[in-house]
Amino acid sequence: MRLSALQRGFCDWLRDDDAQAAERFGLADPGGLAVYQANYRGSLMACLAEVLPHTLLWLGEEAFEAAAATFIDHSPPSGWTLDAYPAGFPAFLGTRYPDDPEVAELAMLEWRLSECFVAPDAAALGVEDLGAVDWDRAVLRLVPSALLLPLFSNAGAIWSALAAGEAPPGVAVSAQPAPLLIWRSDFTCRYRDLDAVERAVLPQMVAGLRFAELCGHLVEQLGEGQGIAQAGGLLARWAAEGVLVRPAA
Amino acid sequence: MTREPLPPPAAYARFGLGLRKPHYAEVLAGGAPLDFLEVISENFMVPGGRPRDILRRARALHPVALHGVSMSLGSAGGLDPAYLARLKALVDEIEPVFVSDHLCWTRAGLGHDGFQSHDLLPLPYTAEALDVVCANLAHAQEVLGRRMLIENPSSYIAFAESDMSEAEFLSEITRRTGCDLLLDVNNIFVSARNHGWDALAYLDGLPLDRVRQIHLAGHTARAIGERAMLVDTHDQPVPDGVWALFARAMARIAAAGAAPWVMIERDDNIPPLADLLDELAMARAVAGQGSTLCA
Repeated sequence: MRLSALQRGFCDWLRDDDAQAAERFGLADPGGLAVYQANYRGSLMACLAEVLPHTLLWLGEEAFEAAAATFIDHSPPSGWTLDAYPAGFPAFLGTRYPDDPEVAELAMLEWRLSECFVAPDAAALGVEDLGAVDWDRAVLRLVPSALLLPLFSNAGAIWSALAAGEAPPGVAVSAQPAPLLIWRSDFTCRYRDLDAVERAVLPQMVAGLRFAELCGHLVEQLGEGQGIAQAGGLLARWAAEGVLVRPAA
Repeated sequence: MTREPLPPPAAYARFGLGLRKPHYAEVLAGGAPLDFLEVISENFMVPGGRPRDILRRARALHPVALHGVSMSLGSAGGLDPAYLARLKALVDEIEPVFVSDHLCWTRAGLGHDGFQSHDLLPLPYTAEALDVVCANLAHAQEVLGRRMLIENPSSYIAFAESDMSEAEFLSEITRRTGCDLLLDVNNIFVSARNHGWDALAYLDGLPLDRVRQIHLAGHTARAIGERAMLVDTHDQPVPDGVWALFARAMARIAAAGAAPWVMIERDDNIPPLADLLDELAMARAVAGQGSTLCA
């Protein structure tokens, strides 16, 4: 058998055991064939549980493992890193629990936090940097780890309670999604809700928004005095949180 | 970053550990009696964040070896260029003392149509497989701009169409690609027990002057169907049988003129650092005895 055919066949067998495998692969000693299948499924199951520990807590071990086993059956890994395997699991949970949107959203929040943990580094704007920036020319840009995750449910509050070892709140679902801001400050991943002003301006800061444009937007919404004060307040908050890339001096 | 200048790898034997999460703080505090650290390459082939910071700090303290599990040197479809690019970036930054991966395959196909098993799968030892491994290894060495080490695997099955022994297969790979060897003594022990090989004959079949690094680890006995087998679990202390084989291996390797870097490889059921340092002290002692043993 050509090596390419053997490898394709072996991969098919890892996914779907059958009694003729040893004969088909031409094994002189098939004694330990089962070790490979146990390794394959075991590593994928362990990966999902490790990356999504609070989703596991929320669903319970039995339901989580049943969902994971079905996902493993239907979604073989293709990426070079095992860390990437859970990427499709939140959407799968969405189809498995269509009436419980918090399940998929909790998993998506955990998945995004794991991505955030290893996102590219960047020098963040800190409070101590504010005086050295030319604000007439400065462009506000979110750090590379930052993203906005729209949620219909209170999955963020559920995650926080589970992470703290507290009783989670009851599920609450809204008709409109509310974006959650996720980012990494130094080596710690954080997330929080956004107010109405941030919901309007933060999406523009993914590509970059001049500070002067932010001020103009807020002045238009709130009037000159309150708009400028609001811009200064937001800037101070974002600098304290490490949400923005430090602009070039 | 201040780094210790690296000695020529074969100048003298050194002793280290695989760096794992439970020991990050203790090891990075400095002062542990370690000559080098080995890390799993894929755990650090990420854009940024804490993993890269940990590795930079580890590298500032000790020479680092990068040990891979996903290159898939035995894939008939060739290597994954995205994987190689990530590994090269890490190699260029960290300047590791060794870069290694396994004699195995993990993947068939590439991209969305590909299948990545995330396990070290066995190869038939045939002329076709030898051509595949040598071509892939030569390509990896060319991209990385350096010689690699290839590690002997643990295996649980054997292919009827194999027309070379594993030692012959590895020897031919070193001859054709110029790569060196990472000898996993536990893997020899496990495979020899599972297949009824003679472990010493296996050692004698290898070009031992090419051994640059040694792994020591533990295994688990399991009933697989009706068979009692050893499984390479890395979740136990190094057992007596592996220590004994290590002593015989070191005697032969010293006689061949090589001085490999030796380490304890523990991946699961990880004990306190002090326990692994005790095992490493044992490795130093056994290596010292081994080099005076009759090979």
